[in-house]
Parts: sequence; C-alpha cells; structure tokens
Amino acid sequence: MTHRHSRVGGNTSTPSVTRVMAQVLTALLPGILTHVWLFGPGIVVSLVLCSVFGLAFEAAVLRLRRYPIKPFLSDGTTLVTAALLALTLPTLMPWWIYAVGMLFAIVVAKHLYGGLGQNTFNPAMLGFAVLIVSFPAQINAWPAPLALAANAPSLSDILAITFGGFGDMSHLSPDAYTEATPLDSLKAHLRAGHDAASLLGHNLIPTLAARDLVALAYLIGGVYLLAQRIITWHIPIAFLAGMGGIAGLLYLIDPTASAGPLFHLLIGGSLLGAFFIATDPVSAANTPLGKILYAGLAGILVVLIRSFGSFPDGIAFAVLIMNAAAPLIDAYTQPKVFGHSHRRRPGDTQ
Amino acid sequence: MKPFPHLKLFRFPGGVHPADHKDESSQTPIQTLPLLPQYRVPLSQHLGKPAVACVRVGERVLGGQLIGLADSGISAAVHAPTSGIVRAITAHPVAHPSGIKAPCIVIDSDGEDALIARTPINRADPAATLARLHDLGLAGLGGAVFPTHIKLNPGPNAHWPILILNAAECEPWITCDDRLMQEHAAEIVEGARWMAELIGAQSILIGIEDNKDAAIRALNLAITGTVVKVCPVPTLYPMGGGKQLTYALTGRVTPSGGRSTDVGVQMFNVGTVYALQRAITHGEALTRRIVTVTGAVARPGNFEVRIGTPINDLIKAAGGALASATDTLIGGPMMGFTLHDPAAPVVKMVNCVLVKDAQHFPPKPPALPCIRCGACARACPVTLQPFEMYWYAQAKDFGKAQSYNLFDCIECGCCDFVCPSHIPLVDFFRYAKGEIWAREGEKAAADQARVRHEFRDLRLEREKREKAAKHTAAKQKTVASTATTPTAEDPEAARKKAIIQAALARAAASKAEITPQNTDALPAEKMQEIAEIEARRAQLRQTVHNKFIEDDPDAPREDTQT
Repeated sequence: MTHRHSRVGGNTSTPSVTRVMAQVLTALLPGILTHVWLFGPGIVVSLVLCSVFGLAFEAAVLRLRRYPIKPFLSDGTTLVTAALLALTLPTLMPWWIYAVGMLFAIVVAKHLYGGLGQNTFNPAMLGFAVLIVSFPAQINAWPAPLALAANAPSLSDILAITFGGFGDMSHLSPDAYTEATPLDSLKAHLRAGHDAASLLGHNLIPTLAARDLVALAYLIGGVYLLAQRIITWHIPIAFLAGMGGIAGLLYLIDPTASAGPLFHLLIGGSLLGAFFIATDPVSAANTPLGKILYAGLAGILVVLIRSFGSFPDGIAFAVLIMNAAAPLIDAYTQPKVFGHSHRRRPGDTQ
Repeated sequence: MKPFPHLKLFRFPGGVHPADHKDESSQTPIQTLPLLPQYRVPLSQHLGKPAVACVRVGERVLGGQLIGLADSGISAAVHAPTSGIVRAITAHPVAHPSGIKAPCIVIDSDGEDALIARTPINRADPAATLARLHDLGLAGLGGAVFPTHIKLNPGPNAHWPILILNAAECEPWITCDDRLMQEHAAEIVEGARWMAELIGAQSILIGIEDNKDAAIRALNLAITGTVVKVCPVPTLYPMGGGKQLTYALTGRVTPSGGRSTDVGVQMFNVGTVYALQRAITHGEALTRRIVTVTGAVARPGNFEVRIGTPINDLIKAAGGALASATDTLIGGPMMGFTLHDPAAPVVKMVNCVLVKDAQHFPPKPPALPCIRCGACARACPVTLQPFEMYWYAQAKDFGKAQSYNLFDCIECGCCDFVCPSHIPLVDFFRYAKGEIWAREGEKAAADQARVRHEFRDLRLEREKREKAAKHTAAKQKTVASTATTPTAEDPEAARKKAIIQAALARAAASKAEITPQNTDALPAEKMQEIAEIEARRAQLRQTVHNKFIEDDPDAPREDTQT
C-alpha cells in the first residue's frame, strides 16, 4: 500500500502562470550565465534595464486600464518578455533603445491588443522588429567575445556607455569592442562575391565558437522546458527542422552562396527562438498539427529572410508573420475528437 | 462462453493523476448505521421520470415495501428503508447541485425494522426477471442512476458480446466500490455472470484501477473457475468514464453522442451488480447502498446506508465533522458538487460524502486570463480544445463553442485541474450547454406558437368563409328556396385542409432545418441531464456573471468614477 502515493503522486503542486513563467526564466539561466562568461556583464545590464522598463510600463498600463496591478505584475509574464527582448538585442546600447523596445512590447503588442492572453503578436519580437527597423546601426553592432575584443569594457564602462556621457569615453570607441554579427559578415562577404566556405573557414571561427556555446546553453534550457512539460516537442523540433531543411536545400543548390544547415541552426537566436520565442503559447498555433505547421513554416522563413532579406536575422519577422497566420492554422488543424470520424473544419456546425 | 481473446490495454488520450487519498477510508470494514427515527425517500432518485407515490399519509409500511411506483417509460421504483408510518409526502431539500427541493416520502420508523415478505427471482424466465428488477427499483449506482432493467434488455437486434464491470473508481477519496469488492467479491462475480446471461454477453471483464490491491486479490479468488476476467488498468483519471474504460479494455471507440452498447459493450458499476445479486437471491429491493464518508471527519470509512438517511446523520456516524471542516461535497473532488443542505437524504446516486477542509481544499486563487498554454487540451480525455471552447463560451458565442464539440465534453474536470490560470472551465462549459439547451427550448416553443398561430389564422379565415357561404346559401334559399349547396362544400374543405397541411409541413421542415443535430432526438438520460442543468443554469449564470464583473475592471468602478 505504501507505493500508492508515489505512483499516483505527480502534479501535487498547483500549477500557476507564475510558476510556469518562473520555470521559463530558470530555463534561460544557462544561456544568460554562458553569455556573461563569454561576453562580459553587459547582458546583465540590458536584462535589468528591460525588466525595469517592462514592469514600469506594465504597471502604468494596468493602472490606466484600472486592472488590479499586483496579480498581473507578479504573474512573471512581463519579466519573460523583458528577458527575451534583452537576449535578442545587442548589449552596450544606450538605455533609451531598451526603453523603446519594451514600450512597443508591453504597451503596443500586449496591452493595446487586450493584455495578457490576448496578444496576436509575440511582444518581445514586436519590440525587436520596431528597433531593428528604426535603429539598424545600433542593433547590428554586437559586442565581440571578451577573448577577441581589443579593449573589453569593464562594468563601469558598460554603465557609462549605456547611460551616456559620464567621464572619459575616448577609450570606448565602439570599434574597439563590437563587431558585426557572423550573419551580417556572411551576408556582406557573399554580397561582395566571396565564397561562403572560405569565410566560414577562417576569420569567423573564434566568434562562432563563443556564440555556439551560448546557443547550446539555450538548448540545455529548452530541454529542461520539455522535461518540465512547459512546452511540447512540436514547435522546437518543427522550427529547427524547417530551418535545417531549407538551409540544407539552399546549400545543395549552391554551396558557395550559403552557409549550410549547421551554421544556421547554431547562429543568431536560432535555438533561443526555437525553444523560447516561437513557443509563446498566446501568439503561436496551439493544436498539435498546427504547431508543427506554424513552427516549420517559421523556420523556413527565418532562413529565407536571412538569405534573401535585407536584415541580418529573420527570427523576429518569421515569428511575427506566422503569429498572424496562427489562428487560421488552428482553425484548419483541429484534432479529431474522441468518438468522431473526422476533424472539425471551420464553418462546421453541430 | 469463451474467454476474452486478448487483454491488451489501450490508453485513452489525456487524463490526470490527482492525489488519490484512498487510504483514509479504505482501511476499515463497511459499517452500518443504527436505525434512525426518520427517513426521507425522494421520489426522483434516478434518470427519467420520478416515481409515483403509492402510499397514503398515515399508512403503515414495511421495510422493502414499494412506496413509489415506477412511471411509464424510463423510471425506477422506490421502497421503504424500514418499517414505520408515512408521516408526509412533501417537498424537501435533496442532494442536488442547485439545492432545489423535491418531493419526498417521509417515514417515521417504528423501531421494529419489520421487513416485507420477499421471494427470490426465478432466473429461468428473463422477461419476468427484468420485470422484477424493475419493481425492485434497481438503478445504476455508479452515479448515473439509469434504471438497470432497461440496460439489461438488448432487444431483438442488438448484440452485446462484452460485459464490463466498472470497478475503476477513479475519483480521488472514494472507496465504496473498493470496500464492496474486498468484502463481497463472490456475490459480485455471481451477479456479473447472471447479467451476462441476461444480455447474452460471452466475455465479462472487470476493469479496476491498479491502486486497489486488496480488491484485485479478492476478485481474483472469486473468479476461479469462471469466465470472468479481472483486468487491472492503470490509475489514470477519468478511467471510470464509460467511454474511457470501454476503450482502455477493448480498444473500441464509442461514437460521439452514442453509448458503449453501440460498439457491443454493456457496462455496469460493481455496486449495481451487487444490488442485482441481492435482488435475485433474496428478492431484495434497492433500499441500501455503500457510501464513503471521508475528508475532515473524525473516523472516515464506508457505511452501508439506508436510502433516505439524512446526510448529517451519516456524517455523525463517521465521528462528526472536524472543527476545520468547510463545505461538504457529494461525490468526489473532480466531479462532485457542494451540498447545500446537510439534512438532504442519501439517495441511490450518492457514493461519497466528502467533508472539505482548507488543508486539502485550499481556496482557488483568482482566475487569470487564459494564456492558451494548451495544458487543458493535453489533459482532455476526449481530445477537445477546452481553451477554444472557453474562449467562445465566455464571449457568449455559444454556436461557435458548440462547433468545437462542446457536447462531447464529459465534464470530468481534468482541464480545471491542470489550468495554470485557475479558470473554472467546466463551469463555463455547463453554463454554455445550459444556455444552448434553454435557447433550443425557447426556439421550439416559439416554433410551436407560430404553427398554432398560423393554424388559428387559417381556422378563422375558414370559419369566416364558411359563414359567408352559409349566409349566401341561406339568402339563395330564401330567394329561390330550391337550391342546395352541400356538394360544393367538399372540395372547398379539402382545399383548406391541404393549405393547413402545407403550412404544418413547412413549419416542421423549417424547424428540422434549424435544430442542431446535438439536441435532436435526445435519449431520456440526456433529457434528465438537461433538466438538471436547467436547474443549475440560473446559479451558474450568476457565478459567471459575477466573474465577468470581477474580471471586467470597468464594470463596477465606472460608477464610482462618475
């Protein structure tokens, strides 16, 4: 008899939105820590900035909408949005860029669409899209790994850059600590008529290694989310399969003009996107088949935008486009209900 | 009889693992209650029409005597729980989600507990057996209380090769079937074999969750040398759902809106099987059942309770409610409902009295908006998308909610259990179902009124014409005094009749066109369900309304602002 409770056990603690969000933030920790290790404390500053702006905007809008502030502010969703935006943006940018990003994420993408649970678009990705369209120069200057930076900025330097105008900044020329992202370099080199393989084979290796490590840390967090059943396998697997499939196809067509599937899967925010961004349940498709279609198409779009678009990375745009398609996908992919002979179709009446 | 060829189990979709809390009440033998001074026996304890009282106030009755006759159609008889005087036949609070009052026969016991003469049932004559079971008031004791004699009659064209005994008892806290099987396994197996003979089933499977080791051992001893198979199934709520257990044991999928008999499986709760065995061997009417009393009571356990026993007396027998007690549930925590009046009597459907306390049943945190996380869809044993149904139900877009197969929802509560936003999803689904049924009812009434109105218009017009014709005829008579008109009236009458017929047909056609198939030709149990939900509707509407007000920050504060 004693085994009974252990066998039936499970699921004893009450599930809650706050707990889910805490688990998502926990899952982001390996990636954040790896980032700090390889790129310095800049990411902590941008995480704090995004969170503070996010919570401030959230509280202000809740007050304007006359919603109870405490339960909504403590549900953790704003912190997750802030973390995702901070992790997709470069560090070492002026504070107001983070503020503008969070303004669009929280006020426009979330609350103007009705608040928690009602947003059509992923708030963090909408914030990112606004920033990359408005301030492309800043968003494309990524700090180099510490090991490569000619003049790695200290924490006080970071704060000085972020808040601007304190003390002597002459030694902090952006050229000294930033570089274009590998995706950007690749695009520039290919445009200049160079061969993809030669580029990848040489001067990008050290920075690629650092960024790959961060990406793999996100993968660890993603596996944790899967194990905790916060997300299901459908979206990450379909997203990565979509990316890998189309990247492989492009590579087969012309190996000199594209970088191949592994490069695409490990670079940019691919793994962060697959496990943490595309999986946002509010804006994603929700049926099992729908999730596969949604994420698979998003993955394909990411590589197409990276390869043929004018912006270096395509995750934000791919996710936003598929967000818009999610309700339609859901309507056409309803699972077969137990005891029914066929799936529900839109327009079915009973 | 052939043994069942395979025992491969099938996993139904979804399901949850709530903490089972069975040990609290399953460790002690079934106890009986002392004779009480008064019993209140409701006339409606089953699905279908209420029984009709057949005793008078002041009359003396014996224990087991028929006091309520089964009405025609789907109904079940009720019997006196002990000997005594019929004190009143009046409305009393009953165990019902809405807390309504219903007609009860009140019996003051005389302390003798004298029994009416009983004769065992002769199984040689199946038709007579069914009639006797009908007279003895047998109804499903698993909770649905469907009259048993109907379920035992396949009719000439049906083929039910498999009989399943539902011993899953998947609701947490409840152990009445567990104890019954531990103590009366032999009777249950015997009853099951008789049932199989009646319906012509070749295999008998006992589906029991694998958390009931003692009961499984007792059953395995009892089935020795018989065709009956004990099939332990994984402990997974809602394994005891009819369609879920049928699928788990046979892989047969009961069609939407149908019953397990559509796929050749008939199912009875073990308590019902035991009652049938008692009825056949002793001619005993259904006047007692096993009830689990558990939760915040001093001595949780199982009791053999006379139908009509006030629930507060039953709680007293279990040592009384503890100081920490809050509400009382009838049934388990997943599907049970809150008891409004503790003086309500135990009826055939009551399998558990669960006294809640704050430690095991903390108040639900306030609901947050749905974040479409899909946990409910993964937990749903019917593969529904509860978050979509909720979306449309809260928007009062009931047609859309229905198109997401709202009526396939079995209200098992798995979605509520896993919802991280703590949304009372099942309340919303009941509310939506109730509103849809109410609208169907209103529409049917309106259609009928329209047909009547059209008919009345036609009748008035016809009368007017007939009057005019008569008038003319009379005039002609006076003028010519020879002419006669009766031959002319026949074709005219036929024409009018045709017009009326056409109007009726049109009305019927338009009605058929707009009636959704879900509410078409409902079986009696659905009708009963509708009636019950109708009663709960007002209450739920209030709950949901309150929730909307809480949710909608603009609603209450608008006033204070202006």
